[in-house]
Amino acid sequence: MRVLYTWVCIAITVCAAAAGDVFLALAMRRIGDLGELRKQHGFRAVLGRVLGSSALFCGIFFMAVAFFSNLVGLSWADLTLMGPASAALTFVTNALGAKLFLHENVDRRRWIATIFVCLGVLLLTRS
Amino acid sequence: MTLRKYLVLLAVVAFGATGDTFLARGMKQVGSIDVQHLPQLLHALLNPWVFVGIFCLLGFMWSYMTALSFADLTFVLPATAVGYVVMALLGRFWLHEHISPLRWLGIALIVGGVGLVAGGPSRTEHPGDSSSEGGQ
Repeated sequence: MRVLYTWVCIAITVCAAAAGDVFLALAMRRIGDLGELRKQHGFRAVLGRVLGSSALFCGIFFMAVAFFSNLVGLSWADLTLMGPASAALTFVTNALGAKLFLHENVDRRRWIATIFVCLGVLLLTRS
Repeated sequence: MTLRKYLVLLAVVAFGATGDTFLARGMKQVGSIDVQHLPQLLHALLNPWVFVGIFCLLGFMWSYMTALSFADLTFVLPATAVGYVVMALLGRFWLHEHISPLRWLGIALIVGGVGLVAGGPSRTEHPGDSSSEGGQ
């Protein structure tokens, strides 16, 4: 039963983390470069635009779901499965989310980089 | 990519790695949490390691948001994966941990992936983007 719980936690963590990242990236793309914005309009304007973004709060909500799901998974101490699986799978689901929902130019170079990093993280944390 | 942007990516790596480390240590102290007793998670927030971990993750969040404001998600994520390599090398040279050949292969793959993504453009241009600055 614990194995099932762990995989449910991994699935929730991966999906929620991908949704959180996609919403956050969408919000930050709409807001614009924070450094440039701060230079031109000051910190208060940056804060106003960040806090006024609904996509950002959607992103934070999904990230919170991923955070607590990860926390529950970690508390069951199956670190050798929980850590590598969620970390590696998140790279792939994020790339898919970025391609489908953000229409990012995920060319062959980025796919290869994503697969390299995914496999590398898997090897590094699993072995 | 300017020096400021590289520093932002570095901050993402540093805050992410330290936050995760503190959080893992704190949760080890807190112990198992049953599905029937999820409110125990709030109790976990009182653990000092978990608290410091969350503070670091707030720093991670701000630097991550800043990075996403000037670069694509599919650029930022692989580029900041170098944190895994830093943690492994810290373990090897600071804590004198053993790194197996498979882990060295993992490090090589991550470095290769980061090198590949860093060599390309950081931003996909979309009509109507707020950002005035794009490309590399």
